[in-house]
Amino acid sequence: MAARGLRFLVLILSVASICDAATFNPISDSHRSAALELFTPTDGSLKSLEETFEALRTFEVLGIDKKSKIKGYTCRTVVDTLWSPSSALKDLFQALRVNGVLKCELNDEVFAGIASRLKDNVKDANSLLDLHYSIGSLKLIKSQTAEVDVHLEDADGIFRAIKALSQSDGRWRFSSNNPESSTYAAGIALETLAGVVALASHDIDQSLMDTLKQDILKLFDGIERYDDGSCYFDEKLVDAQGNWGPVSASSSIVRGLTSFATSTPESLNLPGDRILCLAKFFLGIGVPGNFKDLYHQIDALASLENNRISIPLILSLPSSVLSVTRKDQLKVRVNTVLGSAVPPLSVKLMQIFTSGSKDASIIDQELKFDPETKLHVLDALPENVDVGKYIFTFEILLHDPEHKKIYATGGRTKVPVYVTGVVNIDQAEIAILDSDLGNVETKKRLDLTGENTIALSANHLQKLRLTFQLTTPFGRAFKPHQAFLRLRHENGVEHIFLVRSSGKNFEITLDFLGLVEKFFYLSGRYDIQLTVGDSVMENSFLQPLGYLDLDLPDAPEKAARPPPQPVDSSSKYGPRAEITHIFRSPDKRPPTELSFAFLGLVLLPLGGFLIGLLLLRVNLRNFPSSTLPAFFAISFHIGIAAVLSLYVVFWLKLDLFTTLKALGILGISLIFTGHRTLSYLASTSAKLKSA
Amino acid sequence: MARSSTAKDAQALIQSLRSAYAATPTNLKIIDLYIIFAVSTALIQVVYMALVGSFPFNSFLSGVLSCVGTAVLAVCLRIQVNKENKEFKDLPPERAFADFVLCNLVLHLVIMNFLG
Repeated sequence: MAARGLRFLVLILSVASICDAATFNPISDSHRSAALELFTPTDGSLKSLEETFEALRTFEVLGIDKKSKIKGYTCRTVVDTLWSPSSALKDLFQALRVNGVLKCELNDEVFAGIASRLKDNVKDANSLLDLHYSIGSLKLIKSQTAEVDVHLEDADGIFRAIKALSQSDGRWRFSSNNPESSTYAAGIALETLAGVVALASHDIDQSLMDTLKQDILKLFDGIERYDDGSCYFDEKLVDAQGNWGPVSASSSIVRGLTSFATSTPESLNLPGDRILCLAKFFLGIGVPGNFKDLYHQIDALASLENNRISIPLILSLPSSVLSVTRKDQLKVRVNTVLGSAVPPLSVKLMQIFTSGSKDASIIDQELKFDPETKLHVLDALPENVDVGKYIFTFEILLHDPEHKKIYATGGRTKVPVYVTGVVNIDQAEIAILDSDLGNVETKKRLDLTGENTIALSANHLQKLRLTFQLTTPFGRAFKPHQAFLRLRHENGVEHIFLVRSSGKNFEITLDFLGLVEKFFYLSGRYDIQLTVGDSVMENSFLQPLGYLDLDLPDAPEKAARPPPQPVDSSSKYGPRAEITHIFRSPDKRPPTELSFAFLGLVLLPLGGFLIGLLLLRVNLRNFPSSTLPAFFAISFHIGIAAVLSLYVVFWLKLDLFTTLKALGILGISLIFTGHRTLSYLASTSAKLKSA
Repeated sequence: MARSSTAKDAQALIQSLRSAYAATPTNLKIIDLYIIFAVSTALIQVVYMALVGSFPFNSFLSGVLSCVGTAVLAVCLRIQVNKENKEFKDLPPERAFADFVLCNLVLHLVIMNFLG
């Protein structure tokens, strides 16, 4: 237990040491395509001048030309904003920024008018953003036209006013009313101060500059770091513009810092690795998903590309996977953050760490520079570099000692490298052994590079043993990440076992006597499958080896049942088997001749009745002779006939309700006529009796 | 000897029955004939059912019941119309006949419904 814990701790430590190594790649085409996707105007015009400027700046840095498409209507908006006397400061600033990129047609008159307005604003301004917009606009006017005078008279006063908003931890407040300080504001303040210094008619007081440098150093004390060598400024406060998060805060600081460094010839005494770690942060975030972050990233990197403090140099590998089989060479590239060319330098491979161990081999070999591909190439890997995962340590050496002040190389750069190759598998054997003595019952050779179908049989008193050897292309022992043996029963229950190794030999012994319970006492055919795999193994495999007929004793009462296997969804939710219904066989009907015979037979009594009536000499003497009673009598008989025929129709076709309705109507007339007829007959017979 | 006497007695009995029956009024004889007709029709239906089985049982029942019901109604009519029956002296025979017709119509409505 203690040994296992110790091993775990060593694993964690070694993993922690890997954390220093990471790959940073300069800006690439994926950024360009993301920019095109994110900045596509939806309805022909972007929402505001600010967003238009952000889009234009990003395209400009990335080298994409989209100006012509939006120049027309954007320039109109710019001209309108600059000419209008009631435009807000913010709109003037954005319009001037856009004009700086698009270079719309404007004359010096409008610049002169704006400049005087802005100078008045500078005197009255009381918030950081107002000063930022005013001074920024004046600086832009200076770059766009030489005719207008934009110099600031009271530069010291403005400097002090901005400085008054700073905090002790190096951050700035947005205005004296607002107590909250933010890093983003610090970046804006630095940018504004840079503008003040650039536009000042005479030099700023030296003491003010010194305190500002102290503030910058204090700001860098609050920097946050990641393990992989990147650092950033975090911002937890969401300000009114919606700026939030490390990307916008760090980008703002970088902009402010670089513009300040450009505006003053003095040095800032900032260590070069700070700039490099900020550059690594911006490269490490990959391709952001929203346009604000993409703009901040690209703008910050563009500021870092040519800054006066130190230009970061990025070392990257086009491919960090080297194949021994293909005889790949180690290739290294050194660029600036935007991927531009660098001064003459050479790259040295200093050390190679093996992942998972603390040993390092010291190489100290210089890579050869290929001027066509602009890559530094190592001809052959050192001899002790076998298949596996490594961390290579490089160092960049600048040829010109003067360049050390301009460029930041970052000392030693650690990069993870994977060396892959084909691992040899041989001497693979599978055997069934007797339990006690270990005598071999059956033994079969396997060819794990090809197909195998082994048929084995065993009972619970025997053991199964599988052995094989793994060696790297250089003949050393190889321990793969995965080595499993899987036994799968016919009804889906499967068991997985780890294959352990010692040196080159891999062996697993399954003692069925101890495994009877684990197998749920299921006898039958088990499919055998071997899996050996690793990320650096080019021929990882998952191979069925054949099958094993296992004979286990019967399960006792209390044994665990095997877990239910997932039901094949197509059998559960698919169409079911067709059901053939068994209908009651229809009853036997008599033959039709018999039925017709009896029909005739049934009519015989009727005939008998009529003949009997004739024999009895029935007559219709009592039938009324005078018209009206005769009519009623006939209607009575017709009524009865009608009711009987209604019954016949009811039997043939109608339903009860219609019949009842019709019967009601007929019944009423029948009752009426019947009553009349019978009362007439009654009165006639009464007359006869009395007479 | 006894046999011939019983035979002779039977013959004499039948003769006397016949002569007595001849004295009944004609309308009662018509009703009797009607009853005989209805009952014989019912018997023929029962014989048929005995031969071929009672598959549409409701039809058999309705057929038999129609015959038996109309026979019963005819018996009632005969009782009411018979002049020698003192109980129904005040009932006019036309009224009895009207009842007979009405009851028969209702009976046959039910029969037709049950016939299926």
